[in-house]
Amino acid sequence: MLAFYRRLYPFKSIFTWLNHEHAPTKLFTHREFAFTLQGDVYLRYNSFLNAEELKKQVCSLNPTRFEIGPVYSARPRDKKTVRPAAFSPQLRELVFDIDMTDYDSIRTCCSGADICERCWQFIAAAVRVLDRALRDQFGYKHLLWVYSGRRGIHLWISDKEALELTDEQRRALVGWLTVIQGGKEMHKKVNVRMGSKSLPPSLASAYKMLEPVFHDLIIADQECFASEEGWEALLHLIPDKDIVDNLREKWEASPGRSSEDKWQDLEDEVAKKSSKGKSNYFQATMTAAKEDIVLQYTYPRLDAEVSKHRNHLLKAPFCVHPKTGRVCVPVDPRTIDRFKPARVPTVTQLLSELDSVAPTENGAGAEHHSDWERTSLKPYVEMLDKHVMGLLEETRKMKQKADLSW
Amino acid sequence: MLSRSEYRRSALKDRKDGIVETHSHLKYPFRLNFYDKPPIEDITIEEFETCALDRLRVLAEIESSYARNRTFKELTEVMEPICKKYLPLNSNTAETVNRDAERRKDHVGHFVLRLAFCRSEDLRRRFVKAETTLFRLRYASDDTAEREAFLSSRNFDWVLATPEEIQELIPSTSGEAPGRYYKVKWTRVPDLVEKRRVVLKGGMAYVPASEQASIVLQEFQSHLEKDLEMTAKALPRLDEDTRIVPILDNLSKGFLAGVSSEWNNASAAAGDALTADMIDEMAYKHFPACMRNLHMCLRRDKHLKHFGRLQYGLFLKVLGLSIDEALVFWRKAFSKIQDDKFNKEYRYNIRHSYGLEGKRANYAAKSCQQILMSDQPGPGDSHGCPYRHFSADNLQSALLTMYGEHGLTSADMPEIMATVKAGHYHVACTRVFEITHARQGVKKGEGVGGGESVTHPNQYAARSRELEKKAEGKDGDGDVMMQGA
Repeated sequence: MLAFYRRLYPFKSIFTWLNHEHAPTKLFTHREFAFTLQGDVYLRYNSFLNAEELKKQVCSLNPTRFEIGPVYSARPRDKKTVRPAAFSPQLRELVFDIDMTDYDSIRTCCSGADICERCWQFIAAAVRVLDRALRDQFGYKHLLWVYSGRRGIHLWISDKEALELTDEQRRALVGWLTVIQGGKEMHKKVNVRMGSKSLPPSLASAYKMLEPVFHDLIIADQECFASEEGWEALLHLIPDKDIVDNLREKWEASPGRSSEDKWQDLEDEVAKKSSKGKSNYFQATMTAAKEDIVLQYTYPRLDAEVSKHRNHLLKAPFCVHPKTGRVCVPVDPRTIDRFKPARVPTVTQLLSELDSVAPTENGAGAEHHSDWERTSLKPYVEMLDKHVMGLLEETRKMKQKADLSW
Repeated sequence: MLSRSEYRRSALKDRKDGIVETHSHLKYPFRLNFYDKPPIEDITIEEFETCALDRLRVLAEIESSYARNRTFKELTEVMEPICKKYLPLNSNTAETVNRDAERRKDHVGHFVLRLAFCRSEDLRRRFVKAETTLFRLRYASDDTAEREAFLSSRNFDWVLATPEEIQELIPSTSGEAPGRYYKVKWTRVPDLVEKRRVVLKGGMAYVPASEQASIVLQEFQSHLEKDLEMTAKALPRLDEDTRIVPILDNLSKGFLAGVSSEWNNASAAAGDALTADMIDEMAYKHFPACMRNLHMCLRRDKHLKHFGRLQYGLFLKVLGLSIDEALVFWRKAFSKIQDDKFNKEYRYNIRHSYGLEGKRANYAAKSCQQILMSDQPGPGDSHGCPYRHFSADNLQSALLTMYGEHGLTSADMPEIMATVKAGHYHVACTRVFEITHARQGVKKGEGVGGGESVTHPNQYAARSRELEKKAEGKDGDGDVMMQGA
């Protein structure tokens, strides 16, 4: 671990990402870092003047991981000496956390801590929907998606407006994005319509993205309605009693029917009933029910608490997941479908890569701090650097504008 | 009484906004007020206090309404008589009323309370919430034309969305033309965003005209929040004489306990002469939890400590127990004590509380506020307010023991305990009153008449007796219904 921090961890990039410019500002110096040491010792309220200081401390503590918190009104390391009233969180990236465990009730391939390429598609769909919504609807530009090292994904939004959001505004934003609600005991978890109206525009566009996912992932791949438990869950979501009874009878008689067939059965039943001269109302209800089913199975399931409060800590990118050894690398949302969690470099792999190339140049003892360039970590650090460039550019523009206004 | 910075800021604002256009001779052209400028004329200390107290009564009622989960509609109904009584505010069409005086009172009251409530984060939050609700009530009841005029007198920094934008964003399902939409930054209308009542595009929220009030309220709220923080910062530097600080202290305490109503002996006359042996039955039927508890302790221990005697004794006095009966009552109650000791140690005490000894002051019974805030009970004491001074477990079992036979069930406990936990002790007490008097037709939210909360133990007992009397009389009269005052 120590070698990883000393030679590979991109402190400089992380610093600039948090700081938005090269010279240290409050964005970095007033920022909380929390370390988790071996034996679950947890150290909160650390802060550092610059990247070197952070690196020195990380190397001396050698934590299993560390987390990044908000920018406070005073330096977190001085917390004990300032008045409590003068120490409050001010700025914070808007963060999101999607975890595979929230999908346990609908995924059929794995459960708990496991993840495979098949169930990664749930995450992929969630990322695409969220990325689109946050860019289009909220107008954010600087989104960094980071694989959490095991079975989830984090999102950090560094736009200035996002940093400045109050807790109340964060709660509102999460409310806007949250569709799946209700616990285990609630069958229908999607309740987004006001009266009997159609889907709100924002969700209508999400629905368009998710409908194909529903067919490919839920029906064809995951076979969510294959087991009795699975189809019962589906039947609970259908508002028409006759149809439910017919389908249950049919499926109990031939439990081997694929999910594809079952979905078709449902569509047939609806068509049959509406051809019998049922009212428009019936058709509208069934369309709504179908849309709700698609959303319930595919819409992003957010861990809302993470996003609502400025002072929530979140694991820093490029940390190593203690259980899997995988590095928390940034992910490009445009190629999220093809991302393979199992291919993410682990810390052991990286160190052995380093050993095999190390003796070539520079001679003995020289520890270059961009050793990551010679390992498979390279593309990921470059991805972060490219993201950071965007932030630097933004800061430069803003300063220019401020200069002109004088 | 104004901080200089506040004054300067408002003066600055004046210049920026230009003079507000007035179409009448009124000093306050509108019924609604965003309270940009503090009052700058001389205000007498009496006016300073009364304006604030009256407004506080209104705000305290709003707050307890929240604690009781009233809907906005219920709130409107409950608040109407209270606003009319304490803070009447007529529209411009009410020619006969001195509207300027009403509005001035509103204005002064608001700014006095700002001073009282800017001091802690918690007080600020509660004050902003209550004030915003009051504004909302007034906004909703305001005359449409006047409201329009008021809105155009301020710059709300909203942009009307163009028809093209609307076309693009809101796919019209039917042929009807979409209404007006206002375009603002989404962060200004978080409540609408949370409920998906707007359309979002590139960080801008398109707010339908029907939700316009939300922008105004949000603006009012953030405006007030900012100003309160400024006031809080300026307050320590206020070169103030000593007259105002005690008033402000008192006011901010009032929020915790509800404002004490001036409960005095006058109402005691309502009851027929009370005798010592009636107290047991009376306590069982009519007393609030604090007095029930004292009574039970007295019967169990045959004794009460000093503050317990004081709290209970004054309560009984106001209830209508005469001095002679009081001496009988206490003498019997302290059954383990010898005559000699009683006469030496307690008789004086009791006569004193009736104003017959010492400085002969006519002591009033303690209000909820006093019980909650002063003379905190120590170990072995049984006075105080059970809702505040009992542990959660003890409170639950005590309430069920006391009021189980009056219709209080354990199903009611979660609601009551939640209000207690939130620190709304008088609300919890009021709720218990409502539940235990449901048989006499008291509905939820009605409180001790007209939606008022319990602010005084005697008020609780008097209302309870009144209800009983009405119920007895009903058989004869036919239609004596309690509809609150």
